[in-house]
Amino acid sequence: MIQAQRFERIPERTVDDWRGRVEGALRARVHLLSLFGRRDGDEVLVTALLQRDDGAVEVERARVAALGYASLTPQFPALHIFERELHEQTGLSIHGHPWCRPVRFEGAARGSHDRHPFHVVAGKEVHEVAVGPIHAGVIEPGAFRFMCLGETVHHLEICLGYQHRGVEALLLRRDVRSLGPLVESVAGDTSVGHAWAYSAAIEALTGQPASPNESLRRAILLEFERVGMHLATLAGVAADVGFLQGAATFGRLRTTVINTIQRLCGSRFGRGAIRPGSTRATLDGFAGTGPTTGLSLPEVHANLTLVERDLQTVEDLFTSARTVRHRLEGVGSVSPALAEAIGLVGPVARAAAAHRDLRVRGPAAYDPPVGLATRSEGDCWGRTLVRLDELQHSLTWLRSAFERAPHWTTSRVSIGALTPSALVVALVEGLRGEIVHALETDGDGRLVHYKVQDPSLRNWLGLALAVRDNEISDFPICNKTFDLSYCGNDL
Amino acid sequence: MLKALSVRAQQGRQFIPDPRSGRPEGLRGLPVLTAGECASCRACMAACPTSAIAVDPLQIDLARCVFCNECVVVCPDDRVRFTPEPSMASTRASGLLVRAGSSVEPIVPDEVFRRHFGRSLRLRQVSAGGCNACELELNAAANVNFDMQRYGIDWVASPRHADALVLTGPLTQQMAAAVRLGWDAMPEPRFLVAVGACAISGGLYADGDAIDRSFLSEVGPALFVPGCPPHPLTFLRGLLDFLGIA
Repeated sequence: MIQAQRFERIPERTVDDWRGRVEGALRARVHLLSLFGRRDGDEVLVTALLQRDDGAVEVERARVAALGYASLTPQFPALHIFERELHEQTGLSIHGHPWCRPVRFEGAARGSHDRHPFHVVAGKEVHEVAVGPIHAGVIEPGAFRFMCLGETVHHLEICLGYQHRGVEALLLRRDVRSLGPLVESVAGDTSVGHAWAYSAAIEALTGQPASPNESLRRAILLEFERVGMHLATLAGVAADVGFLQGAATFGRLRTTVINTIQRLCGSRFGRGAIRPGSTRATLDGFAGTGPTTGLSLPEVHANLTLVERDLQTVEDLFTSARTVRHRLEGVGSVSPALAEAIGLVGPVARAAAAHRDLRVRGPAAYDPPVGLATRSEGDCWGRTLVRLDELQHSLTWLRSAFERAPHWTTSRVSIGALTPSALVVALVEGLRGEIVHALETDGDGRLVHYKVQDPSLRNWLGLALAVRDNEISDFPICNKTFDLSYCGNDL
Repeated sequence: MLKALSVRAQQGRQFIPDPRSGRPEGLRGLPVLTAGECASCRACMAACPTSAIAVDPLQIDLARCVFCNECVVVCPDDRVRFTPEPSMASTRASGLLVRAGSSVEPIVPDEVFRRHFGRSLRLRQVSAGGCNACELELNAAANVNFDMQRYGIDWVASPRHADALVLTGPLTQQMAAAVRLGWDAMPEPRFLVAVGACAISGGLYADGDAIDRSFLSEVGPALFVPGCPPHPLTFLRGLLDFLGIA
């Protein structure tokens, strides 16, 4: 149900050796989960996390002098964002990186947004459109610079970091066992996903893994979160193409879903539900919050039935409407080859023929199993259909999961000391793709590094490339169908 | 056509008939504290991620509280309880202190703003480090269930068209200039609403070094809406009370 793998005595390789091993793996099409670094004296420890076909994670680590190393991005573009972040966070030189732009303007670059040299396209026919950081809606901030030829977007540069609030630094400053609320605010719409990754990582560091039944209850919360947010995204897509009946109905179905989450755990976002050693969500009311809410199993099933039934009706109307298809089909395309090359993850990758879903295959695969949603279109239409399919799979799965776990009680295990000199990697298939949390302790069992990776980090470039050669007026639906997190990127 | 009709039939009436009353089932809302002597454990203070709770006397500052329930879990005497009551906005940050026997200071309606905006209020939302939870709940306030438009309240795309700025997030350094620009673009009369623990006090990020809250010390919010995130009803009722909308 969850993958949290612990590593001890990780060999530190020379740069050449490390490069060779990482290159070899990537050439064999091993999936790169993450690449990050931390300063250690004058040097930087660079860590690559690779996931083999069977799902096992492998760690490749190098000790790199401040002089840096030659970028791997020209050969493997999917690494571009990791090497940019590595440079921004540690100051390490990444020689020959083709696009070493700030990721979130942290560290030395902080506050230099105004001086950011946007990529400029020259020519009499070119005009620039600057959008943001404040956008025209109730939405997070980010700056977009379009280079247009007439109405057609030739190039889009996305400049983020406005939401940077220093999450990773704060994670190291506080008690490692009580980081729950902070982790839940990495990306508030993914509270459950991040809280589960964090809790599973701590449990792996203390050697107290959750029971299968507890993991199942956490997965139920995660699927409710996915269903709720996919509905929010679809409501936004419907609104952006002017299909108001869809917007209203997807929106109110989300209300039913998140109100169900609230009755399970006290928060419409699943906050406070998952903590290291405990899962505070119950079916029969929860301890310590006064009168029990008394959400019963039949009520859960009744809510699921209502959502399934009404979703089917509105989905039929929405997907058969010619106006909807006309707006979404062929717009904002990302080919399967491009999606793979730049390392897209989650539903936007699965809309471009990817079959990767941690819930479906590998050590974190669900039991009972959940269906895989994948499309080959790669455009706004494909991304919409993938979410609709995922909704169906999740709702079906929720039914069977509740049958498997009809009794919910608040569990609590007291969390022990962390294993010293260990690295734990926890992976969760969140609503936007793989969430990676990597925690490392020093010789005294204190946390020395907490790397948080929200899937949005890898997907923003996909949006920038998807709008190329599209009408600039199609940007909103491209943006909505990608539905990426700003704060998850900015940390 | 038939498909559209069946969607419409299933939709029925979704709006909450009276957003002014009622408590959302299961919500971890307004806390209630029990009077009495505390043991010397201080467990709640140690567990609180934002130093919102204090003892002797026991009190919770909703300006900082993130409603995470940690204090409830650790308290040996069950002195803290979160109720499903969503109404807890206040016109003063210091009015957000909850003690045994006393709750959030009631909102003082503003006569000038009531005259100007009591029948039509346009809001511009700016997120400055918000995690998208507040933003989603603010969006939800305008969905078919909460339907704040029935009171003449709605979101607008430009600060130029806005009567109030609704701020979420702890105010990151990198948003400081944009927030200031947004505020300066708004015509007077105007007011500022701080939504969520982050905006009111810095919340979980109060001691972060990428935060710049100087804007808030210059421009004081007229309304404080606590929560993490606040329920749409917490926000809506706060606005209605502030503008004296019956």
